[in-house]
This record gives sequence, C-alpha cells and structure tokens, in this order.
Amino acid sequence: MTLSPVTSGYTRWDQSDRRLVSSDETEWFAGGTDLIPLARSGVLDLDSVVDIKSSHLERTVQRIDDRWRIGALATLSDLAEHEELTATVPAIAQAVSQSATLQIRHRATVAGNLLQRPRCSYFRDPSISCWMKGGSDCPARDGRNEHHALIDEPCVATQPSDLASVLVALDADVNIDGHDGSERTVPVAELLQRPVADRRSLHTLESGDVITSLEFTDPGTSRSTYLKAMNRAVWQFALVGVAAIVDIDDRHTVVSASLVASGVDSVPRRLTTSSETLTGRELTASSIASAADAAADGLTELSENGYKTALLRGLVQRSLEPMRGG
Amino acid sequence: MSNELFTLRVNGSDHDVADSWLGESLLDVLRDRIGLMGSKGACTQGECGSCSVLVDGVLVCSCLVMGASAVDQEIVTIEGVAPVGTPSDVQQAFVDAGAVQCGFCTPGLVMAVHDLLERTGSPTDTEIREELAGNVCRCTGYGRIIDAVQQVAVRRSSDHDGGRGDAS
Repeated sequence: MTLSPVTSGYTRWDQSDRRLVSSDETEWFAGGTDLIPLARSGVLDLDSVVDIKSSHLERTVQRIDDRWRIGALATLSDLAEHEELTATVPAIAQAVSQSATLQIRHRATVAGNLLQRPRCSYFRDPSISCWMKGGSDCPARDGRNEHHALIDEPCVATQPSDLASVLVALDADVNIDGHDGSERTVPVAELLQRPVADRRSLHTLESGDVITSLEFTDPGTSRSTYLKAMNRAVWQFALVGVAAIVDIDDRHTVVSASLVASGVDSVPRRLTTSSETLTGRELTASSIASAADAAADGLTELSENGYKTALLRGLVQRSLEPMRGG
Repeated sequence: MSNELFTLRVNGSDHDVADSWLGESLLDVLRDRIGLMGSKGACTQGECGSCSVLVDGVLVCSCLVMGASAVDQEIVTIEGVAPVGTPSDVQQAFVDAGAVQCGFCTPGLVMAVHDLLERTGSPTDTEIREELAGNVCRCTGYGRIIDAVQQVAVRRSSDHDGGRGDAS
C-alpha cells in the first residue's frame, strides 16, 4: 500500500491501486493551475483529489532514435528550456513560451495542459447554466462570443491549449495508463475531441485514466512555427494560433505540410485544405495565398467573432512566408 | 477523520494547518491559516503574480497551488527573503529606485526579481521585461522596476568579480 493521505480527501498517488482512491468524482491533478480556480469559484465541488505530481510518472524530455518522448510531468518550462527540442522543433518552444506566465509554466504540466477545462467565461461562472456543465443551452452562442470558436455546435468553447495544436500538427501520441489497468496509445488528435451529449468534455480521457507520456517522431529537416494572436502579449489564451510543420525540398517544393489552428474550434483544428493546397507545390506568394484563403473553410462565424477568420488567414500567411526561399 | 491537519514548512519553520478545505490555495493557507500576509491575492487566477512564492526553489503563483500539495516542500515567501528591518538588496533597490508606489505588486515582484537574478546575473532590459511579464504593476509603468533590477545586477556583479560582469 502506497497511499499517502495528507489531509481529508487529498491523496498522493504512487502506483497504488487506484480503485481504492478513485471514483468518477475524483479529480486527478499535477500542477493544479486550472483546478484551483475552478474549486475556488465553485464551478467544481471537490470531493476527493489525487495528486500525481510527486508520483513515479516521468518528467524527462528525451529523444530516443527518431522519437521524442516527453514525460507527463514535464512542465511547460521544461519544454521551453530544452535546448535540443527547441532547436529541433521551434514551434513547441514558441507555443509554450507564449502560454500563460513564467510562474504558471513552472507549475503546469504538459499532460495537464492538454486537459484544461474550457476557458469560456460562461462555463467558469458558477451561477450560469451551460450545456458543458450539463445544461440544455449554450449562452455563448447568442451571447458574448468574441473569444469563442467558429463552429455551429452545442458548445462553442475553444480548446485552450497552444501546445495541443503543435502536437496535433506533429501527429503526436499520448500514452495512457488506463483506469482498468490497460495501457494504450492514442493520437493527441483522438484524445482531444469535440464534446458530445454523453461526454461533455474537451477530451476523451475517462476518470482515473492517467497520461504517462507524449511521443512524436522527430520532424527532421521540416520547419516548424507557432504564431499566436492575443489581446495582451502575456497570459492570454489564443484569439487564434497557427502551428505549421512544413517539409520543403531543395527545389523549394513542399513535400508535406501540416497546419493546425488554435482558437477557432473546440479541438485543435487541422487546416486540411490549406495543407493539401501546399503539398507538391513550390512555396510561393501564390501558393501561400491559396493556403491562407482556404484556412477558414468550413468555419461558421458567430455574432462577435468574425474577426477571427481574417486573423486565421493572416497567421497562416505569416507562418509560411519566412519559410520561402530559405 | 484524524487527518484534517497538515504541516507546511514555510521560511524554515513548520506550521500546522487546521481545517483547510480541499482545494484551498497555498495563498489562502499562507494568509488566512498561517498569518503570513506578505503574499498578496489580487487576480487569484495566475495573471498578476502578486502572490509569487518559491516552492522547492521554483517561482510559482501561490493562488494556483493547492495548499495540501505543498506538504513536504520548502516554501519561501516574501517574509523569508530577509529579516524584518534588514531589507534584501532587491528590496533596498526598489526603495532607492522609487520602484514602489501603491506597493501591492511589490512582494511578488521582489520574489520574481530574486529568482530572475539567481538564474541570470546580468539580464538585459528585454530579458527583465520578459522574465517579469507574469507580474503586473498598475502604478509605476515598470521603468523604475527595471532600474531597480539593473542596480542589483550591477552591484552584485561588482561585489563578485570586481565589476567585470557575470558571463552567465
């Protein structure tokens, strides 16, 4: 038995039999930077929590052959400060160093970053009913939706993680230690799904499942970038963000392109048409313009967030321009 | 239950914490349970940095750390930076440079500046602005805060190596 109750309802996890400590109501956390404000405001009524920050889980960031492996407990600062990773995949450092503040990046873990609850102000107001909290309607759809997603869905909150868009662009996987004792690997793009009526959450992780690490293939000679538009240069979530991983050959032809946007959907949104538009073509002003034009395909503007369409197209263009001719 | 009490180690002393509610932040525990009022609560969502403390040597917002999760860790607050009546070099530089106006952000800034100068001996103005971006001041406009940081950096550098500067 390795349970370590510190105080009533608070338990530290150390490979104990999680069935002893976990129920569907148990909140698992590491940094807790999202959990604490939700508990303080009353949006979450904490009954029991399991702290995994000092558990056996990994915090290391390492490359093994052509695969990068990031322990679930690595902090955002650990990623930002990792020289080899930063040099190899600049988009990761750009995404995390534009997230939150130094103090939060020191505390927040990469796994927790993927599992944030919606940053929607209606969701975070305990006095307001909303679909994500089990209600019937989304007050943002016809309310103040300046910061919301460009989608026509029951919930229009955005996926708040910048890092998530880069990881989806990299086709990264998460390794999960399941609550039933199974281990499984799923793409980040499958972990982060739009909410549905019987799973009102921005992710598909079940209660008691624990992310143990992230993995992705080293992008090699591909160039990467993450651009983020925000109201303030610090602490803000993305109005719109664009992650771009682009492989360009010696003749300036795009071998492959993977563009993913933040701030426009309740998931990291793959800009599939833009990516396909670029592939096989030389990276020119014309091909970049085509990719930018296609970026908002399929998106639906709400009453106050139409400006995001222009931002998205502009960020796609700006992300690609520096990759020309270099 | 018999485990409603936990102990935090703050500024080198053990403090018993009774009746903390689950999810109570380290900031609230420090202020309301232990009586250390130096760390300030303003935004309580990690934006302003006025609650900055060190947990095991790492600068964090105490408003976003669960109090119970800090058991077995070394916590340093603004009260632990220097003995009462004997300001640290950073605190003195804030006074000398006029970097304090209303003072609400000052404890968090002093913690952040100590942390910054531990990691970067001779920061540029840009590095200072980036490193302190998690600490909001609504009075000073930041210019005198940056002056204060540079004063400490210069003084420490000349104390250490005769003014040649710190290459780190």
